[in-house]
Amino acid sequence: MNELISIIIGAIFVNNFVLTRFLGICPFIGVSRSSKPAIGMGLAVTAVMALVSAITWPVYHFFLLPYGLEYMYIVVFILVIASFVQLLEMFLKRYNQALFKAFGIYLPLITTNCAIMGVALLNISDDLSFVHSITFGTSAGIGFLLALFLMSGIREKLELGNVPRPFRGVAIAFITASMMSMAFLVFGSIQ
Amino acid sequence: MKKLQLFTQGIFSKNPVFFLVLGLCPTLAVTTSLENGIGMGLSALFVLTFSNAFISIIKGYIPEKIRIPIQIVIIATFVTIISMLMEAYFPDIFRRLGIYVPLIVVNCIILARADSFARKNPVNDSILDGIGMGIGFTLALMVIGMIREILGTAQIAILGSTIISLPFEKMMIMILPPGALLTIGLILAGINYFKIRGEPGE
Repeated sequence: MNELISIIIGAIFVNNFVLTRFLGICPFIGVSRSSKPAIGMGLAVTAVMALVSAITWPVYHFFLLPYGLEYMYIVVFILVIASFVQLLEMFLKRYNQALFKAFGIYLPLITTNCAIMGVALLNISDDLSFVHSITFGTSAGIGFLLALFLMSGIREKLELGNVPRPFRGVAIAFITASMMSMAFLVFGSIQ
Repeated sequence: MKKLQLFTQGIFSKNPVFFLVLGLCPTLAVTTSLENGIGMGLSALFVLTFSNAFISIIKGYIPEKIRIPIQIVIIATFVTIISMLMEAYFPDIFRRLGIYVPLIVVNCIILARADSFARKNPVNDSILDGIGMGIGFTLALMVIGMIREILGTAQIAILGSTIISLPFEKMMIMILPPGALLTIGLILAGINYFKIRGEPGE
């Protein structure tokens, strides 16, 4: 139980995917202009991360490892992720129009999101068990959602502020992210 | 002349990091030192060049609808090759880059160049484009890595030996995650300043 809690706290705060591991920076900068799409993207990423952890773990441990094919993990993981995201999109389109309208547009972006591939790789390199992998995937997604949501709130306010011209747009977003990252460093020293 | 432009646009006017703002995950995560930046840049250069060349060779045979999965598998194959080569010959750098080596596969620059350039252009142009973009990416990583290493450790070390050492207080924050975001933010603002200089204000 303690281990689970430390995985959850670690993935959300101490080693936040965006602010300390720099995974998923592209959507973090691209989709954080206002909070509504930020929440949509964050929730879609969280769901996909949890499911991808649940799929890639058995693929690696029951399929690649016994047959000595570990060196193929990059190709296999990216294929699993790409086809899974495609399936999810088709499934949502067919059975849940409301959910598809809300999250559908973010799904194609997710395939090439380093955070998803990153969570699959970290599960393997940290040698986590199946339950721990799913916990890690879910909490890493929540950490991503948290960072994206905080960022979008700050950027909505920044729109109203008087930012110097060269800093407008992406530049100020990075500097803001840097301040947030400093704030998140504090969680590392609590442990 | 046009060939030369193909080559140089990746380095300057369309630099993937500074002008297109693509491929930021590895850019920010591994640039704690100049050496790591070079390692990551050269691996991306390798993958870019070979995936561009290969996709351009088979471009007539790829069905339009499933081109993205095919391109990703080709890229993943070259990433596997480079990660094995690095593990064998540069185990130190490989260990330090960690999961960011396999993550080259989801680097947006590589897929973007494959889909928007190599798919539509002849082989030699695609190779030139790959090399140009790769060098541009490497240079960007070197610049960021150098700034962070100098400010963060007051020295530059390559392959274990210190080559430059400067007498000032180390700024630890620069080699921690916030330093990466701060550096890229200030560089982008600097580039913007030169772009909009001379334009009338509002």
